[in-house]
Amino acid sequence: MNILVCIKRVPATGAKMLLTEDEQAIDTKSLGFTFSPHEECAVEEAVKIVEEHGGDTTVLTLGPDAAKEQLQYAMSMGMKNAVLLETEDTADWDPKNTADAILASIQEQQAEGKTFDMLFFGNEAADTGGYQVGIRIAHALDWPCVAGIKQLDIEEGKAIAYRETGNGKEVFEVMLPAVFTMKEGINYPRYPSVPGRLRAKKKEIARSTPQQVDVSFKKVKLKTPVEVKQEVQILGEGAAAAPKVVEMMQELGVVR
Amino acid sequence: MILALVEHDKGVVNPLALGMLNFAKSLAAEQNCALEAVLVGEEARSIASTLGAFGVTKVHMALHDGFDDYSPEAWAQAFLSKAETGGAKFVLSIGTDRGNEVMAHVAARTNQSMVANIISYSDAEMTRLRWGGSLLEESTLADEMKLMTVAPHTFPTEEEGSAVEVTIEDYSPEIAEKDFRVKISKRIVPEADGVSLTDAEVVISGGRGVGSEAGFSVLEDLASTIGGAVGCSRAVTSLGWRPHSDQVGQTGTRVAAELYIACGISGAAQHMAGCKGSKNLLAINTDPDAPILQNATYAVIGDLHDVLPAINAEIKKVTG
Repeated sequence: MNILVCIKRVPATGAKMLLTEDEQAIDTKSLGFTFSPHEECAVEEAVKIVEEHGGDTTVLTLGPDAAKEQLQYAMSMGMKNAVLLETEDTADWDPKNTADAILASIQEQQAEGKTFDMLFFGNEAADTGGYQVGIRIAHALDWPCVAGIKQLDIEEGKAIAYRETGNGKEVFEVMLPAVFTMKEGINYPRYPSVPGRLRAKKKEIARSTPQQVDVSFKKVKLKTPVEVKQEVQILGEGAAAAPKVVEMMQELGVVR
Repeated sequence: MILALVEHDKGVVNPLALGMLNFAKSLAAEQNCALEAVLVGEEARSIASTLGAFGVTKVHMALHDGFDDYSPEAWAQAFLSKAETGGAKFVLSIGTDRGNEVMAHVAARTNQSMVANIISYSDAEMTRLRWGGSLLEESTLADEMKLMTVAPHTFPTEEEGSAVEVTIEDYSPEIAEKDFRVKISKRIVPEADGVSLTDAEVVISGGRGVGSEAGFSVLEDLASTIGGAVGCSRAVTSLGWRPHSDQVGQTGTRVAAELYIACGISGAAQHMAGCKGSKNLLAINTDPDAPILQNATYAVIGDLHDVLPAINAEIKKVTG
């Protein structure tokens, strides 16, 4: 079972996001970087499947040189190979260009004799939230894609994927090769060991430079949502606040 | 013409899709064009006549033997074929799991851009959500046929203004066999009693401040008294105190409760993205400077282990 997992380097944000002066990006001066929980779960899922069924795992990202940090972290979780599609740090890549760049890399790897049975993505990128890169690549490869899954069972030549809805699960059965986009909760990602992290730093990362073309979609700028600022109403302190809380709940009609 | 996909499950309309229609209705007025809708599958027929209340003048019923359950590629093909034959300028769906998925397939098939989760559109410029709504992006889209999904919980889902007359037309799109390769083959309905996070009027969520797995019993008690659901923050699922299905946040469940009670939750952007759709937020926190208070409607300063049992007792007293 050969699996490719695509991840994206994003800032590790806290409660408040500050923008750069040109309003083009989050100010990351005081922030670390990470990749999204969805993608961390996708990495864990790939490592787990290969531990059970055997095979090869590759983690891929499109990003600046510094994104090797995220590739190394994924390797310390157990991914065997890494590919960096190296770009300049500044501009955002739109989903269409991103999908094309990843597709070109997959086809290059296939031309070198590598085969993939499954491609894993996060359900959506943490920052841009485009919900489409995995689906675009599946379409280009003419592979089936099950999006937003929370459970994946592998059987002979096929996969059974489960999506959660508000009231239960939807089950999809697809033949391999296939693309899956994953949601956090599909597993509990392992925490890499210190020796594992040190070993990952010494592993080789294959690099290439992707091409970007002009697209019809353009980001103009970012902004912080305008909060309709309402002063918080303090209902009291400790247990003594209970009557006021219940009064409020009755006014809202949630306690009758 | 604006063409909107109205999401449904086995003939039951997703109410969030009605929010998208209210947005589409105002866009149609601004663009001075008609609003038409696609419903996929015979099961959805009963929805068609109700859409006049949302400004839809024509409903296209996509019919095919394979439309007996959800199948993303087949839905996308049915939707796309009507958009193309109708010369749609705007192709819209709701930014839910299914809505985004179908639109992404339409975008892949046409090799066009897709803009997810917009909250406004005017003069070819739109605003969309980033970081689950913690940031906004202004962007432009030059395509003749614009593919966009509309952010859920952004526009009212109730009908507004007077209804228009709807005509209903059936059509039979050509769908390739392989477009049904991804299709729901089975549904698993949990035996769980109680209300789900997405349906609950009141959600009581706990963060690291709950202190332990056992500490959630006070949240459970209050939830059972008022018929609410218990949620939690990402910190809590990472600690293994609650299953991930209880997680409210950008990478968990998005809730839209009448009242969201955040107990011992600091208010990280990851969490707020999941609960900001709620109408009222009560924060219970020992720290009067916790960031969550910035986003709260109401607050009680104190230990949730004292406050929640007191609220529970008070409700029992008041309601007898």
